Amino acid sequence: MSRVTRFAAGDPGPAARVAGFIAHLRENGLRLGVAEAKLSLNALANVNAALPDDCRRVLRAVCTGCKEEAERFDALFDSFWMDAGRVKQRVIPKPHVALNDDVHSTRDGTGQDTSASGTSTAPDTGDGEAESEGTGKLIATEQRNLSRRDLRDLVRADEIAEAEAVARRIGATLRDRRSRRRIAARKGDRLHFRKTIRRSLSTGGEPLHLLHKRRPDRERKIVALCDVSGSMSVYAQVFLAFLAGLMRAEKNADAYLFHTRLVRITEALRDKDTMRAIERMSLMADGFGGGSKIGPSLKRFAESYAKRFVDGRSVVLILSDGCDTEPPEHLGSALEKLKKRGCKIIWLNPLKGWRDYAPIAGGMAAALPHLDLFAAANTLDDLAALETELVRL
Amino acid sequence: MTWTDLQSALGEHGYVASGDLSVALHLALTLERPLLLEGAAGVGKTEVARTLSLAQNTKLIRLQCYEGLDASQSIYEWNYQRQLLTIRSAAEDGQTGKSVEDRIFTREFLLERPLLAAITQDQSPVLLIDEIDRADEEFEAYLLEVLSDYQISVPELGTITASSKPIVILTSNVTRDLSDALRRRCLYTYVEYPDRVTELAILKARCPEVEARLAQQIIGFVQKLRQEELEKTPGIAEMLDFAAALMGLGIADLTDDPAILQSTLTTLLKTQSDQAQITAEVAARIAGKAA
Repeated sequence: MSRVTRFAAGDPGPAARVAGFIAHLRENGLRLGVAEAKLSLNALANVNAALPDDCRRVLRAVCTGCKEEAERFDALFDSFWMDAGRVKQRVIPKPHVALNDDVHSTRDGTGQDTSASGTSTAPDTGDGEAESEGTGKLIATEQRNLSRRDLRDLVRADEIAEAEAVARRIGATLRDRRSRRRIAARKGDRLHFRKTIRRSLSTGGEPLHLLHKRRPDRERKIVALCDVSGSMSVYAQVFLAFLAGLMRAEKNADAYLFHTRLVRITEALRDKDTMRAIERMSLMADGFGGGSKIGPSLKRFAESYAKRFVDGRSVVLILSDGCDTEPPEHLGSALEKLKKRGCKIIWLNPLKGWRDYAPIAGGMAAALPHLDLFAAANTLDDLAALETELVRL
Repeated sequence: MTWTDLQSALGEHGYVASGDLSVALHLALTLERPLLLEGAAGVGKTEVARTLSLAQNTKLIRLQCYEGLDASQSIYEWNYQRQLLTIRSAAEDGQTGKSVEDRIFTREFLLERPLLAAITQDQSPVLLIDEIDRADEEFEAYLLEVLSDYQISVPELGTITASSKPIVILTSNVTRDLSDALRRRCLYTYVEYPDRVTELAILKARCPEVEARLAQQIIGFVQKLRQEELEKTPGIAEMLDFAAALMGLGIADLTDDPAILQSTLTTLLKTQSDQAQITAEVAARIAGKAA
């Protein structure tokens, strides 16, 4: 018996079915418009549309746009055209299940009660090296902190001013010099022939004014992702001040916080009033000081925001200790995906400053191959000192 | 012409195309749409454009992309030196101003780069825009006008519209995401490494003198090798080099001599760590399994 879907007798015909199929693909996340539906019909007219395999190939060429879509296409095609007369059902569930975005939820997505696990770990509660000895391994917590810490206690306005100066310097360092295209400029290393000739017409073909061009100095967009989980809380003060300063110094910088969730704080930090900016941030950073899900957070970032805000001229700055509760593969694949956007990835790890620290925490080890720079940063001075390293990127 | 005709036409010129690829090419020809081919390096993306131009008996115009490729290198450029000389000589003849300007901004002084050349041909050429992922995003934006309307605007001359629409093939090695605007304008096919049967057909088409038994062994070996965790997976060109090397050395059986097998692996393994990983023993083991 043929596996091909039987349509109802009152069905208005092939065009409507193709339109239905396009709608089906759209529901499943493929970005298709009216133009594609039209093109599909035109394309089907060019092959023997009675052969399911030919149709499949034609529609795949027209409707998919990247490898992932091409891989999913077969299942989507089967579910619409090949369900042997059964009622259509969605074969692929919608993808947003990973993270729980409910701000007021008292429980974590995994259902663990926050009061149950009591292994909150600040990295250095004892003094001296007793706890930091060896490989600097920390236990990441899955717990989500419910108490809303007021970040205003942590960050002071004068620190932000200081951080702003540092961020400004770093931003200036991160110029992209890769462009080989040249633009007209008053002082440049090459002659701008086109303009020179144009200008020379007014002087009877004599090129009296030599116009120049040079490589444009392109700004790099800094995208900062700051880990504010429990294990990072002692460093949060520095990093949050840095983020706030960065937002003030760089017009096109972008900032995110993550712990068990990912929050974009760019808009909040752009507030003109420094303290109000911090207040807005602390409202958004609900869950501050809780567990850390670095891998899923970065994955979420790579799949959503990065598509809009990260390109080949971006520098992604990750401020985290790399202690992840999730399996390290998540982190590795998230960074790989991010890297494919052509950006530079810099990981600043406060633990790296410890003596004898080796990045053996699973997450960190998985991340290392994808990083352009892995450096220590505990204080604003450390961040300022990065300048020389960043020049080399 | 149906897609199977196209497939066999490509086959006559020594290119074994999969069904998916043939249908996509057929659609690109009939619907006059650009075709975007993605896939790992060495799966025959560039080669298909070359073969298509042979099969269609048209010219192949190739634009190799690189970081910093710009309009003056890809679309057109004025021939400034010649313009300067003309202005000088015109001045000596006593001509100035408008008449000179009219003269030096004509097609005569325009240097055609690949994209402009592709739309000004009498017969539709195959335009291959190779490794588009190497060019930067601004360049993709340049391409959009060419790819959707097949026309190019030169401010001094006006808009040049295609006399015959070129068959456009873009290739990408997926080193970065291409913009959605570009993807939308193209048909799309992801080219995989060929399966055993297809690859054997390719080897037979390209090196007909290889004996059937050795051919089986070569394909088996290369297919097994692709499953190893290598930095650079060997492509089809490498497989053909490997076969040629074995033929040149007069080897009839892969399992005969591990030392010679190891020495011919230079055609397949292109990084130091890959060569270190596939030692003579490993190679012999793979060859043994493949045989």
